[in-house]
Amino acid sequence: MTDAAYPVRTERTRLAVAGARATTRSIVGDSERSGRFGNLLFVAMLLLGVGTALVALSAIIVWAYVTGRPLLSTDLLTNYPSTVNPRAAGYRPAILGTVYVISGVVALIVPLGVGAAVYLEEYADGTKWWNRLIELNIQNLAGVPSIVFGILGLAFIVRGPISLGFVAAAGSLTLALLVLPTVILASREAIRAVPSSIRHGSLALGATQWQTVSRQVLPAALPGILTGVILAVARAIGEAAPLLLVGAVTFVTFDPRFFDGGYSVLPVQIFQYAGRPQEDFRILAAAGVLVLLLVLLVINATAIWLRHRYEREW
Amino acid sequence: MPSRQTTNETLSSTDRRVAALAPGPPVNIATGQAADPGAGEREVTFRLEGVSVRYGEALAVKDVTMDIHHKDITALIGPSGCGKSTLLRCLNRMNDLIPSARVSGRLWYHGEDVYGPKVDPVQVRKLIGMVFQKPNPFPKSIYDNVAFGPRTTGMKGDMDEIVERALRSAALWDEVKDRLKENAYGMSGGQQQRLCIARCIATEPDVILMDEPCSALDPISTARIEDLMHELKEQYTIVIVTHNMQQAARVSDRTAFFTAEVDEATDVRTGVLVEYDRTEKVFSNPGDERTENYVTGRFG
Repeated sequence: MTDAAYPVRTERTRLAVAGARATTRSIVGDSERSGRFGNLLFVAMLLLGVGTALVALSAIIVWAYVTGRPLLSTDLLTNYPSTVNPRAAGYRPAILGTVYVISGVVALIVPLGVGAAVYLEEYADGTKWWNRLIELNIQNLAGVPSIVFGILGLAFIVRGPISLGFVAAAGSLTLALLVLPTVILASREAIRAVPSSIRHGSLALGATQWQTVSRQVLPAALPGILTGVILAVARAIGEAAPLLLVGAVTFVTFDPRFFDGGYSVLPVQIFQYAGRPQEDFRILAAAGVLVLLLVLLVINATAIWLRHRYEREW
Repeated sequence: MPSRQTTNETLSSTDRRVAALAPGPPVNIATGQAADPGAGEREVTFRLEGVSVRYGEALAVKDVTMDIHHKDITALIGPSGCGKSTLLRCLNRMNDLIPSARVSGRLWYHGEDVYGPKVDPVQVRKLIGMVFQKPNPFPKSIYDNVAFGPRTTGMKGDMDEIVERALRSAALWDEVKDRLKENAYGMSGGQQQRLCIARCIATEPDVILMDEPCSALDPISTARIEDLMHELKEQYTIVIVTHNMQQAARVSDRTAFFTAEVDEATDVRTGVLVEYDRTEKVFSNPGDERTENYVTGRFG
């Protein structure tokens, strides 16, 4: 159960795992906090880190705002895209496409990710070779580049055995596969951070293992699991590369549907606009960045609100 | 009661639940004396016959034979690593949670083999509650902590009443009655431990096992828990592991003294039962030199 047992994690996973662990610890009150020995240098370095991140983030927002300002209006949210008239073009199908694809991703990764994490943490016998093989594979999958998942999606989901075609559902499945390892690892970390004294207390009262998991461990780990899901979803919203391969390439001038017809998503739409030579399309792309950030903010705010609700539910 | 009949009408509710541990008629497979109080002796709750516990290859507890009596407080004392907690955890099969642990010998509970092939450990733990060394309340409200056991085991009755009765029995009601909906983590350590006792009582067990329940508490909280044990003794059989000899002398009726035998070759510490008798006898006139050395503070 030591960290040494786990190989190096990729950036996207490490963040989710650390977030999940910290959140659960803050709920169940781990006593490992290192006291108030925060010396000045350490604080300064932390501030520098936070500052760099904030400066970079605000630079993007300011650039997008300044560049995209001429086109900022509700038309941006309600109009369909256009290749001829950038001044009247909007992101409506792309916003809907993103919402559909991400809803599908959430619906897939929460049960699958949490289920896998519960199995690996609470039920699997870690000394058996097949469980270790599963663990190792999940660790490795978390480090596979997203374009590989795009090719996988094209070969197995769009065509091949599943043959969904170029639809939003295929995008959902592909992105779900991409972020699933991250969700599993983050959920495991959140579950592992629940102290075993709580499990023992519950079992000693005559609760079965499933009652212990579902009524004690999962509620205590839920905020941590949600943190992992939020970070995974934030990652999925911004993905363009795998979706380019599984169909989100068309200019869609109608509202997309989940299981048929073409679809687009915000990052892909922005990518298409940004690649055009005319100045107006670049402005449109900058405005699209703001729309993407807005959608991300709305989705994350919902998830954080959810997490907050469960944290308070005693 | 000279001998107990084993028809359903005469069985107490506990007995009926004990009988439910294993399917089939509640036959006393032990010597037949297990459920028989015998001449001048009190009824036996646990009968251990040559119980040994192994963790993998290492022998942690060797060949313990003893009877634990009904509505007694039995204290298990001895130096660190003498296997007293390990033995305690056998009684409600909490050792099952450690994959490498193996228990051999026979362990009878009211005449039923606790490690019998058809016995469900979950049923055992419903009857034999446990309080841990470190208070381990759930991250929930005080009310939900107490109600958790009755809810999961599907107990019938008014939950508010069950919770209040359990908190009263644990001498905690007056302190918490106005803040039942608050998080249990906001209580003091002593209160948390009494909450854990209340939580255990709420499921109406037959036996309460306590694994050094006061080792993380201050003297005042310790005194309250010891008082509480005296009250609980009226209703429950209590087995307590303690490092504190004064505590064993103050609260228990019987004391079992364990010591550790160290295997020089493998450095494995194996617990053995040295002496088991009435507490006054163990502390005032021990029959074994090792016990005397320990209780007079010469080692351990």
